[in-house]
Amino acid sequence: MRAKKNPLHPVRRPLLPPGQRSRAAHLLTAAAGEGRFALPCCTACGRFAWPMPEACPACLGDIALATASQGARVLSATTAEVPADAYFRERAPWRVGLVQMDCGPQALVHLSPGADTGDSVWLSLKLDRAGSAVLHAGREGEDMTTDPQWRDMVADPRDRRVLITDARHIAALPLARALAKAGAAAIYAGLPDQWKPLDTRAALESVPGLSLVPLDVTSDRSVADLAAQIGGKVEILVNTADLPRPGGLMGPSATADARAAMDTVAFGLLRLARGFGPAMAGRGADGTLGAVAWVNVLSVFAHAAPPALAGYSAAHAAALAFSHALRADLGQGGVRLLTVFAGPTDDPWFQTFPQPKVTGKALADGIVAALLNGQEQAVVGDLARDLMERLRENPKAVEREFAQGRM
Amino acid sequence: MAAPRGYDGVVLAVPVTVPYARFSTRPAQWWVGRALAALAKESGLSHTAFDGLSMASFSLAPDSAIGLTQHFGLSPRFLDFLPLGGVAGIVGLRRAARAVQAGDADVVAMIAADTNAPQSFRQSLEHFSRFSQDAVYPYGAGGPNVSFALIAAAYMAHTGLTRADIGRLAVAQRSNGLRNPATLMKKPLSLDDYLTARAIAPPIHLFDCVMPCAGAEAFLVMREDTARAQGLAFVRLTAAIERHNGFPDDAVMLRGGWQRDIGTLWAMASCAPGDVDMVQTYDDYPVISAMQFADLGFCTPQDLPDFLRSHDFTVTGDLPHNTSGGQLSLGQAGCAGGHLGLVESIRQLLGTAGDRQVSGARRALVSGFGMINFDRGLGSGAAVLEAT
Repeated sequence: MRAKKNPLHPVRRPLLPPGQRSRAAHLLTAAAGEGRFALPCCTACGRFAWPMPEACPACLGDIALATASQGARVLSATTAEVPADAYFRERAPWRVGLVQMDCGPQALVHLSPGADTGDSVWLSLKLDRAGSAVLHAGREGEDMTTDPQWRDMVADPRDRRVLITDARHIAALPLARALAKAGAAAIYAGLPDQWKPLDTRAALESVPGLSLVPLDVTSDRSVADLAAQIGGKVEILVNTADLPRPGGLMGPSATADARAAMDTVAFGLLRLARGFGPAMAGRGADGTLGAVAWVNVLSVFAHAAPPALAGYSAAHAAALAFSHALRADLGQGGVRLLTVFAGPTDDPWFQTFPQPKVTGKALADGIVAALLNGQEQAVVGDLARDLMERLRENPKAVEREFAQGRM
Repeated sequence: MAAPRGYDGVVLAVPVTVPYARFSTRPAQWWVGRALAALAKESGLSHTAFDGLSMASFSLAPDSAIGLTQHFGLSPRFLDFLPLGGVAGIVGLRRAARAVQAGDADVVAMIAADTNAPQSFRQSLEHFSRFSQDAVYPYGAGGPNVSFALIAAAYMAHTGLTRADIGRLAVAQRSNGLRNPATLMKKPLSLDDYLTARAIAPPIHLFDCVMPCAGAEAFLVMREDTARAQGLAFVRLTAAIERHNGFPDDAVMLRGGWQRDIGTLWAMASCAPGDVDMVQTYDDYPVISAMQFADLGFCTPQDLPDFLRSHDFTVTGDLPHNTSGGQLSLGQAGCAGGHLGLVESIRQLLGTAGDRQVSGARRALVSGFGMINFDRGLGSGAAVLEAT
């Protein structure tokens, strides 16, 4: 149950933990953001190393990240009662441990309350509120959601208020249900074009804590009106606004479709960012349930455009570009930007696309899991994962495959 | 490993302390200037006659040692810069000793100086080291308190040391410090005060921690003939060791690098731990002082509790330790903390330590320790000094 805020207390301004890292250490940031556990490892002798070195201390070989065992044992533990850094000082006492990792090196870790010297622990690579990777250790099977240090690094919807920007999206209903199940205090579902029928209206209205609110992301006025009403309450914003209109560059309506997609997907994001961003960034440390995450649901085709989705892909690529600036702005307040890349969804607009397509439920579950895990990137659907992997391996081949009509 | 040549003919003279201040509006360069002026005044030499400069500091930026030569009108032919914290004193001494011994310099001014403003301690943490930036500071472990708490907890479990055992060192040191007019800490400290102090990061409590401050320590290194020609009282360097990252494979720091080199130290000094009249350890946490007693050969780690209970570490006791009061009483003036034990030992061996003079002091053991880069202190060093 969400406790009422004492109106006499000022809103706590967001402070961030130290975010400065070496360039190489940001390889860990990428892994943590994607929810992968990988540690620095020598490409020559295979030994793991910590902290991130520029060469292997055993053989001076090159270092790259490699998947590592998550097991460790606590060598020593303490509680920082009076940390020097302001972020930790206002959250003290703060548990810190020194662990012996099963893969070899020792590391300082954020230590869960249930773990102590001699315990076997399970390591996670998390993004902290500054958006940089850190190690967390807890006992295997321990409920981390009760650890305040863990909670400060993930984006748990429990007791938080969530805005889903487009209730007509295929994932909106399952997402609302999943968020309610995860304990969200309130769910606002934005509804453009109120006069149009909404097949899922009854089902949505039966989700505990959900209210439908008018929101058209293509309208400056509509976004501003809703932000004025609930902008100070939204702790998680999930932008599901989309306009899938398949078609190549040469089609008769290509310009109009691309412009419409841009207006919804790219400029819609821009309007939302201007309307909701400042309040969220300002509330990043508002009690223990401050603003915590902004989720953009984007098409995986933001990364590579098939000719049959030219305008649509361009709109998503534009939104992805905007989201980098938004991540930096929200990051000032410790609010995470999570980008969820989905493959073609199982709805009429992608009717001609080959299976497997992404169901609304799969997408919703992917979003909630990524929030609970504190990620800043998630990829949902086999096709999307496959495409990301192919792009990583050989982007030129993807371009040619798309040109030949292959997904 | 070849046995090092002796330090024959190398002497230390003119111990100087620029009185510490909790905070200073002056930069480190100002404190260097005061130290140089005191060295010149006390030695009767013009500062331009110092043809060697060994500089230890964390807070000289944007300068390194070389800029100071022009800043203070020096023309040295030996120049050393050692931003190495508590091991800088011993490391600098070893290099300067060889320089004067070989004739690369005649008189080396050894200076450690740092300033301290209300924000500077925290700022220096942010830029302390690459590993600290990547893997210590982001864990709420900025500053050495948490790192030393993790080491102390493991070491206490390993040796059976209790806080009361360790507290004996802190209490004796404060008693010594009360005899030293230069200390910033003026209040007596009882074992009860020590044990009931505020927890900082258990087992580290308030009186385990040094207070950052501004200040400078300095002395001169030269050959014996030079000192005699100038009519300067001096003490001899008979042995010195240093080691960095001595035990990289240890999972947690249960010993310092001293253990690798103590055979060399005592062989060079031609004596044993029981033959010294005083010990100056690097006391940035008394638990680390305890570790130094074990690593320098006074007892085994497991005998430490008995060892600490069976000695009196005050200046009138059987094993005077940190006779100036140490950093725990004087404050920690950055890198100067590593020179403090050397400067104090020179004073004691010259018989100029005033109210805290250890009677009949002939031989001192000084150790240095520095740089928690990640999970352990990397630098360890020690030197044996003898009165003439």
